[in-house]
Parts: sequence; structure tokens; C-alpha cells
Amino acid sequence: MKYLLLIYGAPDASPTPDSPEFEAYMAGYVKADETFDKQGVMRGGEALEGTDTATSVRVRGGKTETMDGPFAETKEQLGGFYLLDCDNLDDAIRYAAMIPDAATGTVEIRPVMDVSQFAE
Amino acid sequence: MNDVSQPAPVRPALREVVRADGGRLLALLIRQLGDFQLAEDCLQDALTSAMEHWQRNGVPSSPEGWLLQVARRKAIDRLRRAARLRDKGAEYAHLLELEATQPEVAPEQIPDERLRLIFTCCHPALDERTRVALTLRTLGGLTTEEIARAFVVKPSTMAQRLVRARRKITKAGIPFRVPDAEEWPARLHGVLTVLYLVFNEGYASSGAPYIRADLCEEAIRLARILLGLCPEEPELEGLLALMGLHHARRPARLGPDGAMVPLEEQDRAAWDHEAIAAGAALVERALRRGRPGPYQIQAAIGALHAEAPSAAETDWHQIVLLYEALEKHRDNPVYALNRIAAIAHTRGAGEALNQLEPLQRSLGDYQPLHALKADLLRRQGQYAEAVQAYDRAIARANNDADRRFLEKRRASMSH
Repeated sequence: MKYLLLIYGAPDASPTPDSPEFEAYMAGYVKADETFDKQGVMRGGEALEGTDTATSVRVRGGKTETMDGPFAETKEQLGGFYLLDCDNLDDAIRYAAMIPDAATGTVEIRPVMDVSQFAE
Repeated sequence: MNDVSQPAPVRPALREVVRADGGRLLALLIRQLGDFQLAEDCLQDALTSAMEHWQRNGVPSSPEGWLLQVARRKAIDRLRRAARLRDKGAEYAHLLELEATQPEVAPEQIPDERLRLIFTCCHPALDERTRVALTLRTLGGLTTEEIARAFVVKPSTMAQRLVRARRKITKAGIPFRVPDAEEWPARLHGVLTVLYLVFNEGYASSGAPYIRADLCEEAIRLARILLGLCPEEPELEGLLALMGLHHARRPARLGPDGAMVPLEEQDRAAWDHEAIAAGAALVERALRRGRPGPYQIQAAIGALHAEAPSAAETDWHQIVLLYEALEKHRDNPVYALNRIAAIAHTRGAGEALNQLEPLQRSLGDYQPLHALKADLLRRQGQYAEAVQAYDRAIARANNDADRRFLEKRRASMSH
């Protein structure tokens, strides 16, 4: 089953490159990536630039509207994601717990919709 | 529809089968179909079918076997019709094989998958009220209406909660399995919490009536089923003992005026002493395993209360020690509150009031704290302050039984 793991965190919550915790933090991500690869569950994953670089798009009445900023201004913001293909939710939860930002923020696990159910 | 010459009415017989089976059929169907909602739907189909057939032909000798057969056939039909054969191909093939090779199913041949079922219903990815509702529905066999009544919500709300729960189990991939050794302690704790929540709802309900014996008995029944499936879990034994000991005092807990009767005033002759002996023996057995925990300790405290011939002859010192041990396991201010109530008996109400002060900061507006404070002040003869505390406790009471008791105590001081 495919799951999207959405990594949310407050912008100042994770260690900055000049801080002493940064090395351990990055090592945590390297370890997570390695584990996901080794377990054969990795299907994708990226870190995202901050919400101050975001652009939001809506089309209303045929008109394309763009806004400067994220969809919603929230304290915890989307900072990255993983797409994993694992057996069940318990596995997904275990993998989510390995993500360093889970310690200061939240990782939301969403099952990817199985569109083959709609196919004829 | 029923005529006078009918044999034993079908509806109660059917209901009895569902209740007594404790979810065994549903658990097996979930295992075989790999789908919670599908299993539930097929079992419902089979029950509807049973209503008709058993009315005409009488209750079969193996009602569970009959229901299982029919549920399987309904599953074959549903899978075929819904064109879900693509992802359910393996299950479909297996069902056809079972249908061909197992014309009759005797009850002993129905494997017990209920342990998987309990852990699935109590999975941490479901919120607590959902876990409670799903456990009562699938393992307890309570109807949606009964569960709605227990938790004071509309039946439609409860029905939606259950549908959403089953949908989440399927869509989010909550696995139908018993947790492995690493997850076991936390997951078992989750199950025990659900059972205790059900029991507490029956013990001190926020709705009317105050005591819902059926819910207490349901929690005890489910705990017994679970104990049969995992016989060597001391915290489970502790929980079962605790519930049994509390429930044994039920006949004495409510006065004829509908007011709650405090422990020290309860008529001990009215307690179920057989249940108390059983509870005490069970907690002793649990403690001998050498893995103490919060439920065992609370059960031990319950046993000390229940086995004391009178309130005055209660071993309060031992109770205080047990609460101290309990607080080491879990830093719960409610345990501290109970310890302080016990200290009033070993060191006097004044000392207890002193210890209550710092607790007020962490417990804030907790109703039992106000009730205890009022009681202690009353025993100290500080009536003016006691009245204030009783007022606060009464204002925050969430049920009539407590309220009436507190009002009586408040009134008793003006004589």
C-alpha cells in the first residue's frame, strides 16, 4: 500500500546548519533514507523550500488567480514528504517515527487512493 | 408475524448467539475476507437470512456453523457482483474451496481470531471513542442503538462513527493481526484502557441511570474472553480483578433516594462476597507473577477495601503504601488525590488538607478534589469553608447521584 508521509514542523523548530544539533539531525535523515531503501519501500521523498517561497493557485470563473504564500498560514508548515510503499499502517507508522522532524513536529500519514477501483 | 404455536422465538435466540459468540464469527470472516466492512455486511446478511429461515425451520443444532456457511455464501455473491474480483481474487477462490469442502461447520472447527480482532478495534490510529464503540459492537455484539444510549449520542452519530472506523481500517491499511513482542505492552495497555473505559461508563455514568450494570458486566465479560486468549498477563488479571471488586459492591452503592452512598457508609452485607473472594484471589495470582503494574495495584487496594469487615477496620496504612507504589508507576494526580483521602484516615484530616494544597494547582477544577476538600474540612469542623467547597463540588457534579449525596452532606452541617 502506498502512503504519503507529510512532514510538518514549525520553521524554527528544526536545527539550523550552524547549530551543534544539525549534524545529528541530518544523520537521522540519512539513516531514514537508507532504511527505506534497504526495506524496499522508498518511492520518493524531498525536502521543500519554506512557505515564504510558496505560490498558491486558484482558477475561478476561468480566471487563474495566484497568491503569494502557502494555502494556509499555519504554525506547523509542510516541510517535506516521503512516498513509501509498505505492507500496512503499522509499518508506515514505524517509518514515520524515524523521521527526525517527527521529534519536534508532526508527520501525517495519508494512504494513497487506489484508483484502480474506478477502472473498468 | 409471530403466531401462538411458534417454537422458541427466533429473534432472542439469534441475539443470544451473537452475544455469546463474542465476535468469533466476525473475527474469522474478517480474516478470511481481508475486509472489515465486507465481513460485517456478510454477517448482517446471514443474520437477516437466519431470521427468515429459523422462523420456518427452527434454530439449527449448530447456529454458529449455519451463520458462517451463509455468511461465506453471501460473501461469494457480493464479491462476484461488486466486480472486486481483481483485488479479492485469492479470497474468492479460497471461499469457493471452503464452500465445496466444508459442507457442515461444527463450532469446534471455527478458529478463534478474536485476539486479532480486539487489537484491531483498539488500534492507536483510531481515536479512543471509536475504539470503545467498535469493541462494543464487534466483540460485545451490542447494537448500534445500545452503544449510542450508553454514550449519550444519537444512534445516527454512532452508526457513522462505526462506518468511518471500518472504512479507516480498510483504507489506511490497519493490519488484522496480533502485535509483535515489541509493540505488545503498549498495545495491550491500549486494549485494557478501552475495557476500563467501558466499565467506568457503567460504574459511574454521566447519563441516567447512574449505574449501568450491563456495561460493567460487558467489560468484565470481554476481559474474561481476553484472559482466555492471553492467560498469563498480570495487568489483564489485575484489571479483571479490579472490575470484579468494584462491581461486587454495586448493590450497596446507591441509596433509595438516588444519592450515592460513600464506601464508609455502604451496607457491607449487601456486597457480593463471592465475587470479592474471586477478585482477591485473582489479584494475588497476578501479583505472584512478579510484574506489578497500575491495574494490579488498584485491584489490591480494592481488595483491601472489599475484604475489610468495616470502614474502621480497613488497613489504611497498607492502602497509603499501595497508592505510593501506584504513583511511582504513573504520575497521575488522581492517584495522589486518592492517597490523600487515605492519609486522612492514617494521619488525620488536617494533614490531608495540607497535602491537598499543592495538588490543587495541578488538578485545578477537578470535581472530586472539591468533594474531598469539602469532606476533610467538614471533619475538621471548619464548616464555613466546607460549605464553600461543597458548593463548588455540587456545581461541578456531572450526575444526580453524586449531587444528591453532596447536598445531603452539606445540609448535615447546619444541625
